[in-house]
Amino acid sequence: MTGLLEPRSVGADRERVDGAAKVTGTAPYAYEQPVPNPAYLHPVQATIARGEVTDVRTGDATALDGVLAVLTPFDAPRLETGRDAELEILQSPEVHFRGQLIGAVVAETPEIARQAADLVRVSYARSDHDVSLSADHPGLYRPDEVNAGGETDTRQGDPDGAFAGAARTVEATYTTPMYHNNPLEPHTTVASWDSSGLTIYDSTQGVHSMRQVVASTFGIDESGIRVVAPYVGGGFGSKGTPHANIVLTVLAAKRMAGRPVKYALTRQQMFSFVGYRTPTIQRVRLGADEHGRLVSLSNDVVEQTSRIKEYAEQSGEPARKLYAAPNRRTTHRLAPLDVPVPSWMRAPGECPGMFAPEVAMDELAQACGLDPIELRVRNEPETDPGSGLPFSSRNLVACLREGARRFGWDTRPRPARSTLEDGWWVGTGVASSAYPVHQSPGSSTATVRFTAARRYEVRIGAVDIGTGAWTALTQIAADALDVPFEDVDLRIGDTGLPAAAVAGGSSGITNWGWAIVEAARVFREKFGADPSPGDERTATQPENPNTERYAMSAYGAQFAEVRVDAYTGEIRVPRLLGVFAAGRIVNPRTARSQLVGGMTMGLSMALHEESVTDERFGFVVNHDLAEYHIAACADVRRIEAHWLDEHDPYVNPMGTKGIGEIGIVGTAAAIANAAYHATGVRVRDLPITADKFL
Amino acid sequence: MVNTESEITLLVDGAPRRLTVDNRVTLLDALRDRLGVTSPKKGCDHGQCGACTVLLDGRRVTTCLTFAVACDGAEVTTSAGLAVDGRLHPLHQAFLDHDGFQCGYCTPGQICSAAGVLDEARAGWPSAVTADVRTTPSLGEEEIRERMSGNLCRCGAYVNIVAAISEVAGKGEAGP
Repeated sequence: MTGLLEPRSVGADRERVDGAAKVTGTAPYAYEQPVPNPAYLHPVQATIARGEVTDVRTGDATALDGVLAVLTPFDAPRLETGRDAELEILQSPEVHFRGQLIGAVVAETPEIARQAADLVRVSYARSDHDVSLSADHPGLYRPDEVNAGGETDTRQGDPDGAFAGAARTVEATYTTPMYHNNPLEPHTTVASWDSSGLTIYDSTQGVHSMRQVVASTFGIDESGIRVVAPYVGGGFGSKGTPHANIVLTVLAAKRMAGRPVKYALTRQQMFSFVGYRTPTIQRVRLGADEHGRLVSLSNDVVEQTSRIKEYAEQSGEPARKLYAAPNRRTTHRLAPLDVPVPSWMRAPGECPGMFAPEVAMDELAQACGLDPIELRVRNEPETDPGSGLPFSSRNLVACLREGARRFGWDTRPRPARSTLEDGWWVGTGVASSAYPVHQSPGSSTATVRFTAARRYEVRIGAVDIGTGAWTALTQIAADALDVPFEDVDLRIGDTGLPAAAVAGGSSGITNWGWAIVEAARVFREKFGADPSPGDERTATQPENPNTERYAMSAYGAQFAEVRVDAYTGEIRVPRLLGVFAAGRIVNPRTARSQLVGGMTMGLSMALHEESVTDERFGFVVNHDLAEYHIAACADVRRIEAHWLDEHDPYVNPMGTKGIGEIGIVGTAAAIANAAYHATGVRVRDLPITADKFL
Repeated sequence: MVNTESEITLLVDGAPRRLTVDNRVTLLDALRDRLGVTSPKKGCDHGQCGACTVLLDGRRVTTCLTFAVACDGAEVTTSAGLAVDGRLHPLHQAFLDHDGFQCGYCTPGQICSAAGVLDEARAGWPSAVTADVRTTPSLGEEEIRERMSGNLCRCGAYVNIVAAISEVAGKGEAGP
């Protein structure tokens, strides 16, 4: 790369281009796309956790006025099988987890579909199931690799020997529970399959990746499928890969031969088959010399996956690269269970995998008699401990110092349980954050076209799930073309546009933005500053040679103030403050929302969220928003996000690192550490609820 | 045969709408599926998230817990209807200025709820955090957080939502 894009529009505080449509509610999400004469789908779900469907009686359902079709495992249209067991529904009578999709009713109205689904009588041959994760589960195995392509296990030096000889040690087990993504917009698919092809309006994080999966699952050509998603009501990873609801809707659309079928999940169904964050059990061992320098660092991770499809959350990743240590081990083991397939949830691996080591570092600071910030500074590596590569830029220490200054860290009393105010124990805590810069060269293509209205149309199949991509990509395009923001018309969210990578891994701006910059470059190269209407150029995001030469991550430091009621154990978080170093910030207004939003979800993770499994029946008991509590307005008080000006010439031409996930990484550890400082009680198992202080 | 349908009239965002509904149909589904009024959103269908909030005869309600058949003759104002002749409501503008949303799915409900909060406070209604219920409450941040806690936002925009509502409450703007 030769220098970064000259920022003019980039860096300016901008209202969202889709803002007015969203605040008035006129932006059409998937369910709201106008289709003629839709039929409505309601699914039938398995009520056993393992076994077989032996019989499905549909007579009562089909007798109901307004029922158009009933699909069962015995008569559903055939799919290509042997590719992805999560998606191959209704192809066999086998049941692999409770809540699995085993049928559907299509009807004239949603009410009739739901009533008829209740009238479908299913008989089962039940088998024993196992939905219980434990650190000594007899079925634990070593996956071949972990999510995002990382190694399953790593080892440097002699971690056990160095730990045994260390002057100061921490050895403890930390757990994080099962979490469900719960975007506010339920997963929704509207599909119509007629002679002109298959059209799908979907609540998805990636229109092209979704089209590819639908094509391979149904054995049809991608050219006959159009996927549209101009507005998506959040995803947080659960809409990043297609789940079985999409297949069920398309199966029904095939049966309905031309009539559009609509299916929006109920909130309860969102706890059954659209992904979740696996519970984790992390055994962390830190050994340090008398000065607090790590001599040994290990994290041995146990998680769950489903028997039918492997998903290995990379929770060992943070321990591989955050701090210097000559001896180190990370491992991942999975228990295959009769559960839904776990999947991506905001900062997979990095988020739960930061909780355990960052609480352990707080424990080590205590063991060494050091300030937690000083301990982290002493363990700052010169090169990336995982790869040995130099950092493209790394400002973790600067974030810690700037955060300490803004937060007022230096007035903090060192001992725990030293401040009692009006019946509340008060404390503060800190934790580091890091999130890698992911990029997928060649994944994204953009077209720049000069129109008859003398405007620049920029086309790319990106998706805005609330990140602000509509606005940020317009800003990047304006600078890449060297025109005012107002002269750019962005088109996204449609497979009719050039192919683009999924909105995931905090990589949207890196992948899509780079494609746009490249398209603008070749456009100007060909047509100069004064193009003619109709001039058009398309380009694909190139390789980045720097990824071989540099380790690339965003960093941050999070600070929390916690109050714990001395009598009831009620815990409140009056203040969170984060300072981040994430390269160049494209739009300060939407960037702050991303970071504060991540921290808010981190607070919710720390204090509230936990999916509770009934092991007798194998399902999540608290499967709605009344009982799976996500942070509400009154749970959130002061949250501030700041960032350092960071110039990184290696990551991409925009100099951006991705900000969608780093905000949630480290928040829960900062809160847990503050809770310890407040009370002297070390909570190693999330969520941090009142009972843990009593 | 028992009659399970009813003919009702709703005044939706100023326009009279006549329709026949299955008596099981919620006001939310009547608006979204029958009338194509999709500003109120369905997030949970159980009154737990607030995304479906509208002003029903001036008061905020979760339309997923309201049967359409019980609303014959009622006036429904959605967030779209708060914008009059294309002019955004002060709450709309404040949400834009403070970026009080991200994905936007909970937002029309948040805005209708906020409009309800402003009216309720003006009418002197106390909340659980009102210190003295005999006085007209002033909408400080604590009051706003409490009164807005029926509207969940998974993107985590609460800090900005409170800032947006505080600004409008501070200016005493009732609307267009």
